[in-house]
Amino acid sequence: MSDAILTLSGVSADIDQYHILHGVDLEVPAGELTVLLGRNGAGKSTTLRTIMGLTTVTAGEVRFRGEPITGQPTPRIARQGIAFVPESMGIFSMLTVRENMVLAAVSGRMDEQRLNWIFDLFPPIKKFWDRPAGNLSGGQKQMLAIARAVIEPRELLLVDEPTKGLAPAIINDLADAFEQLKSQNVSILLVEQNFNFSRRLGQSVAVMSDGKIVHRGSMADLADNEEQQHELLGLGLGEHQ
Amino acid sequence: MSALEKTLDNKSARRERPWKALGKGPRARFAAFREEKPHLFLLALMMLVPLFMINPTTWAVLTISGLAMGAMVFLMASGMTLTFGLMNVLNLAHGAFISLGAFAGATVLTVWLNGYSGDSSLLVNLVAILPALGFALAVAGLVGLLFERLVIKPVYGDHLKQILVTVGGSIILLELIQVIWGPNEIPVPRPDALRGAFIVSDAIPLIGGIALEKYRLIAVLLGLAVYGLMTWVIDRTRVGVLIRAGVEDREMVEVHGYRIRLLFLGVFVAGSALAGLGGAMWAMYREIITAHMGDELMISVIVVIILGGLGSIKGCFYGAILVGLINLYVGFLEPRLAAVATVGLMVGVLMWRPQGLIPVIKV
Repeated sequence: MSDAILTLSGVSADIDQYHILHGVDLEVPAGELTVLLGRNGAGKSTTLRTIMGLTTVTAGEVRFRGEPITGQPTPRIARQGIAFVPESMGIFSMLTVRENMVLAAVSGRMDEQRLNWIFDLFPPIKKFWDRPAGNLSGGQKQMLAIARAVIEPRELLLVDEPTKGLAPAIINDLADAFEQLKSQNVSILLVEQNFNFSRRLGQSVAVMSDGKIVHRGSMADLADNEEQQHELLGLGLGEHQ
Repeated sequence: MSALEKTLDNKSARRERPWKALGKGPRARFAAFREEKPHLFLLALMMLVPLFMINPTTWAVLTISGLAMGAMVFLMASGMTLTFGLMNVLNLAHGAFISLGAFAGATVLTVWLNGYSGDSSLLVNLVAILPALGFALAVAGLVGLLFERLVIKPVYGDHLKQILVTVGGSIILLELIQVIWGPNEIPVPRPDALRGAFIVSDAIPLIGGIALEKYRLIAVLLGLAVYGLMTWVIDRTRVGVLIRAGVEDREMVEVHGYRIRLLFLGVFVAGSALAGLGGAMWAMYREIITAHMGDELMISVIVVIILGGLGSIKGCFYGAILVGLINLYVGFLEPRLAAVATVGLMVGVLMWRPQGLIPVIKV
């Protein structure tokens, strides 16, 4: 396993009066795609939000490239090279697709070569370049959300349930896009419920339950072990699509 | 575009634009114009209806005066619509910044550069007018900076507390104005070059021979210039993209690495500065100022930002023009109803379009 780019040690977090994370220990290896699995309400999305500083850490530590980022404001965390695609996608629907991309290019300008690569990866981005992003379909919005995250080189992508509510053909396109990102050695922490999608892409896997990591290992091992899948995820592979 | 996309596009267009069902005739075109350009429809209606009740010459004078008043109200209201639209902050001390700008501008005109404003040359007058407007902008902006840090910052996200602390802050600012400038009304003689009127050439039909007050024309031009500048900043610049994005989803703006609080601060300072500029213009328009003049104007300001659509610069501009026009037209026809007409306009617009003429944020 390569060195960890992101480490969570005993991280606890609350939302209002609710204790959501109870000492999460997680490592995201550099240059790999790690999948975070778990049932609804396990704390997966809160883990991503906590890494981004959107939820306050009450105990434990988050380290990025070995440096602590716990308690830092969200913009500072983002500028260190972490991009976050939330479950809601966070598209600015009143802005055009172009303006969404301009905003995501924090340095102030979009690299033409990188933009062309994104156009190849997600053709609808080019097609609807000057259209309001609010007019895009769900799949196109997801593509835009991911395109925004990679418009500039980032060291770590946090992506929350990108396949939620999407048609199988679009999920396939997204999987191809993630394959390309993987080939560029981008570290990715992907929260998913779709096990087939996760199995295709994931190199390492962590499973959450009740605000804790209850399993860590390689995705290949988990994919081969239906009994473990049933134990950790509550469903057999055939049912967990 | 694929056949499926075309079908989906058409379906969504019919859902969002029910008047498309009327076909392509004049009735459909009128319905489309009314629904897609409500600000222009209402403006046209507002300007045409009085023509049947007022003779054209008087109508032209009233229209120019209404536009001038609207332009000044826009200057004062634009800051508040930005503050409310982007920051979701109800700043009821906005009126105090209008007063502050008026007093700051008046100080330059009547005390520091008094000699220049009394001269009959426009160029010499400008030596007093431009610093007066600049000083009003700067003082209101600077006090806005302190106000945001001290009063607004602790109450972001809590409207009830915002109302309480900004009303309290407003009282303190008004008291400070009275401490510095005294409790009495202060006369602000308009610079000589801005007095008087242009006479429209007799060659122009309908309005030939009428007198158009110079100051009102200048107010219209300044209002248009500020509107153009703000529209350019909001629509064409990166800061504008950030502001529009911030109106929609603050958290995602931060996720992209931008410090939204810094953006908030900038917008608040700009909003306060614009209130100060509007106050200084109003001071020269009315030629007499009191500490409470801002509070008196707040009703118009609030009506404008509500009927224009919260957070919308364009809506604010058209809302201000509509308020200016209805004030003048109704004030001429039945003076006792002028104030009622403003509020009546807002009620009518909200019954027609509950989110205002050109909404930017969802309410």
